[in-house]
Amino acid sequence: MEAVSLAAALELTAGGGAGLSAEKRAVLGASLLLLQRDYRFERVWFWGRIQGVRGAYYIAEGLGSDRAAPRSRLYSLNCVEWSLLPPATKEMVAQAEQLKGRFQGDPSFEYEYTEIDAEDAERLFEDGKEPVIKEEARLIATIEQIDKAVGIIPRGAFVKTPLGSVHENRNFEGLSLTEAKKLSSYFQFTEPVNLKNKTLLEKADLDPSTDFLDSLEHDIPQGSWTIQLEKGGTVVVLRSLLWLGLTFYHIPMTKQYGYVYFGTGEKNLDLPFML
Amino acid sequence: ERGHGPYQPHEPGYGLYQPGYSPYDDQIPDPKSLMLAIQNAKAYLLKSSTTSGLNLYDHLANMLTKILDEQPTNAVDIIENISKDVKWAQFQKKMDTLRDEHEILPTFEAAEKRKALFLKANGEEDEELEEEIGETPLPNVMETAFYFEQAGIGLSKDESYHIFLALKKLVSVQPIQTCRFWGKILGLEMNYIIAEVQYHEGEEEEETEEEEVIKEGEKGVDEVEDEDEEKKKEDEPPKSTYKPPPVIPKEENGTGANKYVYFVCNEPGKPWVKLPPVTPAQIVCARKIKKFFTGRLDAPVVSFPPFPGNEANYLRAQIARISAGTHISPIGFYQFAEEEGDEEEEGEGGRDTYEENPDFQPLSVAEMVDSLSTWVHHAQSILKQGRCVWLNPFQKSEEEEEEEEEEEGEEEKPEEPDELQQEIGPPLLTPLSEDEGIQNIPAWTAQPSTNLIPQYAVAVLQSNRWPGAYAFASGRKFENIYFGWGHKYSPENHAPALPPPVQAEYPSGPEITETRDPTLEEELAFKAAKEEALAAAEEEEDEEDVEDEEEEEDD
Repeated sequence: MEAVSLAAALELTAGGGAGLSAEKRAVLGASLLLLQRDYRFERVWFWGRIQGVRGAYYIAEGLGSDRAAPRSRLYSLNCVEWSLLPPATKEMVAQAEQLKGRFQGDPSFEYEYTEIDAEDAERLFEDGKEPVIKEEARLIATIEQIDKAVGIIPRGAFVKTPLGSVHENRNFEGLSLTEAKKLSSYFQFTEPVNLKNKTLLEKADLDPSTDFLDSLEHDIPQGSWTIQLEKGGTVVVLRSLLWLGLTFYHIPMTKQYGYVYFGTGEKNLDLPFML
Repeated sequence: ERGHGPYQPHEPGYGLYQPGYSPYDDQIPDPKSLMLAIQNAKAYLLKSSTTSGLNLYDHLANMLTKILDEQPTNAVDIIENISKDVKWAQFQKKMDTLRDEHEILPTFEAAEKRKALFLKANGEEDEELEEEIGETPLPNVMETAFYFEQAGIGLSKDESYHIFLALKKLVSVQPIQTCRFWGKILGLEMNYIIAEVQYHEGEEEEETEEEEVIKEGEKGVDEVEDEDEEKKKEDEPPKSTYKPPPVIPKEENGTGANKYVYFVCNEPGKPWVKLPPVTPAQIVCARKIKKFFTGRLDAPVVSFPPFPGNEANYLRAQIARISAGTHISPIGFYQFAEEEGDEEEEGEGGRDTYEENPDFQPLSVAEMVDSLSTWVHHAQSILKQGRCVWLNPFQKSEEEEEEEEEEEGEEEKPEEPDELQQEIGPPLLTPLSEDEGIQNIPAWTAQPSTNLIPQYAVAVLQSNRWPGAYAFASGRKFENIYFGWGHKYSPENHAPALPPPVQAEYPSGPEITETRDPTLEEELAFKAAKEEALAAAEEEEDEEDVEDEEEEEDD
């Protein structure tokens, strides 16, 4: 969610019971602004909070002029001091996927692989390093996975210019109520995967400036999103069932939307059994 | 060579600088034909399109009007979008009224319901005021929300207030002694808001009578069936020796897992629905499955092992498990009531009642956070059987023993099952330090709500076994609440129960077991042995015959 609209957005996503205390809200208002100044971001998003066993990580993302470029991510333990996270690499993501269990809350904590075979260890750790992974790397990989899988925006909110960069669409006035209840009106804000597989007939209806991303209706597994109207039907709230805790909100016919993650940072692998 | 000086009329390019002339004009036409050209151009622009009925002239005029009115920055970059918007606006008007009416309905209806919460019922105002000033079962939801908000937990203030009013409505309708906002469980289509309630004594519902009537009806049917079976006994295929495990009766309303009654609604403003009491079979099954709630109480729960009930029962079972596992209070707040001569009862199940301690001395927040032994469970834990107090299902009452004696004469005596071990759970008011963690994660995470202002901090506990269960304590105040999806945490993936092994169709014995066919040598050897025996037998018979004949001759 946008840092400037933090307070209002938190009220709208509080349906799941998770939010921020008044103290955190106050300090974020100031420190996110300072982040924007220090790192010269054009936009700062408060990404959310990953709850560990002994502490929590607060994550912020900064965007440059091309909104689809890889975002810089920062984390903090107390919302006052922020540390920049290095970008995620494929090895990091592959290694972190083997881990199970909660985050500890200490970024220098090292996980040991107890169940990993020798073959897998060789595959994942090519240099023959010790099969340990720091919690910081796991954090990076988890944020990357969540953003890739369930970071969503409403259709039409961003446009792709002919030069390839992505900007906010100034003509976007919000989805209508009927559109907002459909999964196809929301896109995953990441490199599209399914777009090329669409038939020519479908592609003919698409508008290349706004429909350059994957829509949610083909998300696997089907039914991994819940759409609800809250607050008497004035806010559309989407919650992901694959990453429990990801909440997206949008007020129809207005420009307000955003997503935030409040959870434990674990993928819900039992999803097919639970639907 | 020559610079681009002022162009002469005979030179190409002259038109660039003259209004009304295109740069391709080599010669300037006469002023009269100029006016004609303008009129032709305008007539062309005014020509209506055959497909849409618009014309370019009006469209350009509208577009420029809109741009000049709104004055967007960098208009040239978004000119195409502005053009599209102007065209779209033309069409929207015709369909506007129909579509708007359709869309408005759901939101307005919901707003009506919420407004109804805020209206005071007519004619009851004076009476209510007197009652409210005294003790009311209505909990102070806003105060609880304030404390939880210190830790960043809770719903938005609007929703909390709506829930407050919805609870007030519930309290005024039902004869309730104590009421508490238990929490919110999220679902796929709708969510559940849950209230935990205790009735006044003696105000129980009449459900128990209905259940007894059904049981008696079933018994009559069973007797008729038995008679029919006796007649057909010879023709029947072998009866199954399968005896289903005995049904464990549910606990009485007001005790154990059914201590509290729960009411749910989907949104504040919608009517409250009472959840049925929970049976041990439902709890045992709920432990094995993991399903999302849809938000409709009558939805079926499709799972393996098949859940005995619909979503309302599953919801009630999960609520019972969460309450038993995560309802905690500061040590000393509750104490056991002093009773006389209860040693026998204690031996069976331990104490199950508690009362508030009038001499409670609250501990400081730092102490509450540092050590988990300053908190205790005040909800009875549920045993593996599915009840809080263990019951031996094979203990027969006198009536059942008489029935069995009658039946024994006709059927074989059923095998006695092994005696069940009595299950003992942790006693009431056990401190949290006894809670087992999962792998290397402690069962609870304790934090003060703020590190900056410790004087007014609140001690907050989060459960790691039931993510979403929270508790706070500050001085004499404490509260538990649940916000989540209603599932237990397990670091391992959920493994559904396997189907049971296939039942044996018949007992296998030597008479129906296949054996190998004898080989040729064995057959010949057998034949030879048989012939020898036959020859020996014939000799004996001959002897006997001779003897018989001799005997007969004698007679």
